[in-house]
Amino acid sequence: MSKGRGDKAAEIRRLMATEGPAIEENTKGFNRKRREAIEGLENYEELRDRAREIKEDAIDRLPELLDELRTAVEDNGGQMYIADDAADANRYIRDVAAEKEAERVVKSKSMTTEELEVNDALAEDGVDVVETDLGEWVVQLADETPSHLIAPAIHRSQESIAELFKEVFDPADPPETASELTSFAREKLGERIRDADVGMTGANFVTADSGTMAIVTSEGNARKCAVTPDTHVAVTGVEKVIPSTDELSPFLELLARSGTGQDLTAYVSLLTPPVDTPTVDFDDDETPLSERDSDREFHLVLIDNGRMAMREDDQLRETLYCIRCGQCSNSCANFQHVGGHAFGGETYSGGIGTGWEAGIEGLDTAAEFNDFCTGCSRCVNGCPTKIDIPWINTVVRDRVNRGKEPDGYDFLVEGLTPDEEPGGLDLDKRLFGNFETLAKLGSATAPVSNWVAKTGPARWALERVAGVDARRDLPEFQRETLVDWFENRVTAVSDPTREVVLYPDVYTNHVQVERGKAAVRTLEALGVSVRVPDVRSSGRAPLSQGMIATAEEHAHDVYGRLAEHLDAGRDVVVIEPSDLAMFDREYEKFLPEASVERLQEHSYEIMEYVYGLLENGADADTLRGGDGDGVAYHAHCQQRTLGLEAHTVAVLEDLGYDVLTSDVECCGMAGSFGYKDTYYELSMDVGDDLAEQFSTTEARDRTVVASGTSCLEQLDALLSRPSTHPVELIAP
Amino acid sequence: MATTTTNPTLSTFEESLADLGVDCTRTTAADFATTLADIVRDPAVGVPLPFDVEYPDSVTVDPTPAELERAETGITPASYGVANYGSVFLPATDDGAELVSLYPKLHVPVVRADDVLPALPEALDRFGDAAREEDLSAIVATGPSATADMGKLVLGAHGPEAVHVVMLDE
Repeated sequence: MSKGRGDKAAEIRRLMATEGPAIEENTKGFNRKRREAIEGLENYEELRDRAREIKEDAIDRLPELLDELRTAVEDNGGQMYIADDAADANRYIRDVAAEKEAERVVKSKSMTTEELEVNDALAEDGVDVVETDLGEWVVQLADETPSHLIAPAIHRSQESIAELFKEVFDPADPPETASELTSFAREKLGERIRDADVGMTGANFVTADSGTMAIVTSEGNARKCAVTPDTHVAVTGVEKVIPSTDELSPFLELLARSGTGQDLTAYVSLLTPPVDTPTVDFDDDETPLSERDSDREFHLVLIDNGRMAMREDDQLRETLYCIRCGQCSNSCANFQHVGGHAFGGETYSGGIGTGWEAGIEGLDTAAEFNDFCTGCSRCVNGCPTKIDIPWINTVVRDRVNRGKEPDGYDFLVEGLTPDEEPGGLDLDKRLFGNFETLAKLGSATAPVSNWVAKTGPARWALERVAGVDARRDLPEFQRETLVDWFENRVTAVSDPTREVVLYPDVYTNHVQVERGKAAVRTLEALGVSVRVPDVRSSGRAPLSQGMIATAEEHAHDVYGRLAEHLDAGRDVVVIEPSDLAMFDREYEKFLPEASVERLQEHSYEIMEYVYGLLENGADADTLRGGDGDGVAYHAHCQQRTLGLEAHTVAVLEDLGYDVLTSDVECCGMAGSFGYKDTYYELSMDVGDDLAEQFSTTEARDRTVVASGTSCLEQLDALLSRPSTHPVELIAP
Repeated sequence: MATTTTNPTLSTFEESLADLGVDCTRTTAADFATTLADIVRDPAVGVPLPFDVEYPDSVTVDPTPAELERAETGITPASYGVANYGSVFLPATDDGAELVSLYPKLHVPVVRADDVLPALPEALDRFGDAAREEDLSAIVATGPSATADMGKLVLGAHGPEAVHVVMLDE
């Protein structure tokens, strides 16, 4: 088992070194442009809602829309074929090529044909298949696979492409600049398109009412492939069908913005084939275009390949709403460092990739890269069709877990795993998923537990058996938990303005007890009466490991314990952002709607709550002011998704601190992720950007403050100075 | 030759085109031939225009495929302009408008000022009717062909490297 982990760690290390820099630069560039493009769009949220609505409707009515589409395509004079799987689709496409006696097929970029491996299938018949998207052509020449949904050669630098062209073509005057490389490719590909017998394209959308396909490209190669040869085969998934041309607009306005940050790509081809464009023979210097024939053949091949089953699957269905913009890859810190060759399956990559691979290839393929999703939720707010991508990854992880056979190590942790999970679950997952139990034991036996955990043999065993990287500092459990401490003290507030329940998350309760005490002091100083009841952990830890049944059990327990407080009109204040995110997002999957709404309505992040108290007239002078002190603040990923970063900054500034905010996209730790020996180096590599930003001249003398437990742990590992939670900074 | 306009849709269209690096010249039916003669790079080819205008003699109208391949400039009609994006709707017709707009290095779409619409949904509404009733195909073209696959943004990948819109007051 450890050998498998070691191999994977080595592969990650290799990709980080070779492909990482180009991928990071490109994806971050896309993100920057995306933010600008979205700022310029007044009705962005409306467009997302509309896009989501259209997709929900289309997938719901898919069989009916497919019938309508078939009628439209056939009325236009084309043919439509729905293929069950890759073999079926390839057989149909090979037949078309054979009938045309095709020697060459030119292709415009299409992930669906990657899924079919249609190039290999046609090559078996001796057909020369040429990719015409410049990035895709580079990948084909190098005999690689695409590393990104929309930017297949994103992992390659200009220099490496120049080198590749030199090797493959040995030109007299080798092209070097981007412009020379483009002209070179244009010329080579131009000749091939001109001589091709069949043009093959994908389709980003297909409208049922008219049989029109929308194909989005910047280069213009899809246009050339569709209209230059007299036979056009369009290949796409059944899920790309939408009801009508009138519904194209929100998708077209969102697709390029979400992916590359362009308003619209240069060309949106709206083809209702067979097209009227005359067929050309470029040697013909006699017949004007208007007198040439437009004798054209068109085949629309739609593939099922698991999609209709995904439609019936309550959890995977949302994957079909994906419009393949690549935003979830760009916004993912892990993807930025390893790209789709690590964070991808046989075809699809990035956040939504595991949903696709689970649906079309199966769980084994999805499992290979599913762990790269840390559930940070950074992709959620940018998804044009509002897909809950982290949830899909969690579901896939759970199914992978359940598919495993028990192995011999299991008895070792039986006592530590009071969970709802099957026997074959990976040990590291089971260990991290049951962190609450571990923490209880750790606190009960502290400080002995901490000494033991630090010893060489214990660290060796933890790494060997459970994959906990020995280079990572372990949390130090406190003998007295926050709940115990609170039980033994008398409240100081005589005439409270409000009553709150401070949620004792497992980390605050057992490890970061001081930040819990600081939260109590802060709230009391602002005139709030505080209770700290003994409540179970939110279930975030098991959820991160894909242990959904266990997480659900926690949700029921937590709500049950908090319900009477909600009934009594008490607010729930949460210190750990990932736990608040759990209440806010994942509990919707576990609890009755009324319960979850009640909990959400009355739950607040600690600094958000302090902000509200101060806004409502609480006396800020009772808190520790900054007097111009410099603070370097890093907000937590999920806190940012929930839009809560601003409250902390506002409170700190209000109290006289001079706040510098990190603008890096992630700290890289992500809960248990950075502890795992497979991912430790990736986690540190992602964290480097944050370390760099907090080490600049402007930042290096500031107090480092972060909201999330993981962020604090990572910052402690990255920087030589300590970090602290903002509430500890301001507590009296 | 460019005239300023007080029509907000047209001025938005002109600004969007300028942002895309696309030139735009406004002209009248009477001045069309002289205006176009100044814009095109020779050899130039065009498809018949559904407007009441004359091509200059320098443009080969309804070219052969070989003439198309030699051409530096291609002139085609655009059904609509989309003001907020600077896009033009190029119908694919049986006289080869799609090919003429795609193969030469400079593309000159001609759009009537009256056919410039404020935003994409309006243009798609009109396109939808034509697609359903007449199987119309069209290209929504926004700026020149471009690629970033070779390490930097380069204009003129498979399609034209430059676009010059002619806006016609009929």
